[in-house]
Amino acid sequence: MSELPAEVEGWIGQKRYETEGEFDVEQGYIFTTCSSVENGNPIYWDEKTANEITDGPIAPPAMISVWFRPHLWAPNRTEQAMPLQVHFDLKEIFALPEAVMSDNTVTFGEPVRPGDRLRTWQVLRKVSGEKQTKLGTGRFWDIDVEYVNQRGEWVGTESYTGYGYRRDS
Amino acid sequence: MSVQTLTADQITAGESLPELSKDVSPVTVVLGAMASRDWRPQHHDYKFATENNGVQDIFMNTPNLAAWFERYVTDWTGPYGRMGWIRFRMKDSVFPGETMVFNGTVTGVDTDDVGCAWAEVELELVSGGRTTTVCTARVAIPAHEGDNPWKRRGDDWKPEASS
Repeated sequence: MSELPAEVEGWIGQKRYETEGEFDVEQGYIFTTCSSVENGNPIYWDEKTANEITDGPIAPPAMISVWFRPHLWAPNRTEQAMPLQVHFDLKEIFALPEAVMSDNTVTFGEPVRPGDRLRTWQVLRKVSGEKQTKLGTGRFWDIDVEYVNQRGEWVGTESYTGYGYRRDS
Repeated sequence: MSVQTLTADQITAGESLPELSKDVSPVTVVLGAMASRDWRPQHHDYKFATENNGVQDIFMNTPNLAAWFERYVTDWTGPYGRMGWIRFRMKDSVFPGETMVFNGTVTGVDTDDVGCAWAEVELELVSGGRTTTVCTARVAIPAHEGDNPWKRRGDDWKPEASS
C-alpha cells in the first residue's frame, strides 16, 4: 500500500496547470540572458548570422522556462503565481517549508523565436518516501514540464528532481 | 561576420574542451536570476538565504546555471552547434566571492539514423574549489562543412536518442 496521500497519488501522471505564456518570446530577455552568462554566440546578437544559420533570430534553448515565470505582481491577482506549481503543491501538502532542485534534464525541440507564444503543462512523475539528508528531512519528487509553440510543435521538456525538506532542529 | 564551424570529423572522444573561468559576484547571481525571471529571495536576499535556506550566501539559480552550461558548450562548437539535451546534477551551490571553473571532455561522437552528427560531453563546474555541478550534454554538430543541424525539423531532429 502506498504511503502517499490519495490526492498526491492522483496527481502522478496527470497533465496539470496547462497554461499559455503571459507574453510573447521577446528579444530583450534574450539579450539580457546572453549578457548574464557572457554568451557571445552571434546567432543571438547578429541578425545576418541568425538569418543564415537559424533562419532568423532564436532564443537560447536553455531559456525555455523563462517564458513562463510569472510577473511577481500583476493587477487583479489575489495570490502570488508560482512557476512549477506542482513543486509548491508538494511542499504544501507535505508541510516541507524549504526545497532545492537537485537534478535537471532539458531536451530541446523546435527553436523558440521572438514572437512565439508558448504553452506548457506539468506532470508529476514520482514522489519518494521520507528521506534524511544533510539539509534536513524531506522527500524527493520528479516533475516534467512540457512546452509547445503556438503551432503545437514540441519545443522542449524539462525534467526536474526536487527535494522538499524541513531543517532538523 | 565570419563564424567558427566545428565539424564531427574534427572531434574525438577523450579530447578536452577549453577551460572557462569566471569570478562570481553578487551581480552575477542577481543578474542571472533576474534574466531568468526568478524572483525567489534566496537568489538576491542574503538574510533570507542564510536564515531560511541555511546556506552561506545568495546562490546561483538553476535556469541561469543551464544558461552557463549552454554557453560553455556552444563556445566550443561555435554557432552551428545545436543542443539536443542537457542534464545536470547540483551537488552544491555557487556563491558570490567564488571562481567558477568549467571543464569538459568529449565522451562520444556518433551519427543518428537520420544522419545528424552528435557529440556527447561530460562537464564539471567547480566553484570555490568544490565540484558544485556535474553535467552531461548532447549537442548536434555539422557532419561536414556545409551541414547545419539547425535546419533539421520534425522527424529529422531526434534529440532524445543517446549513444
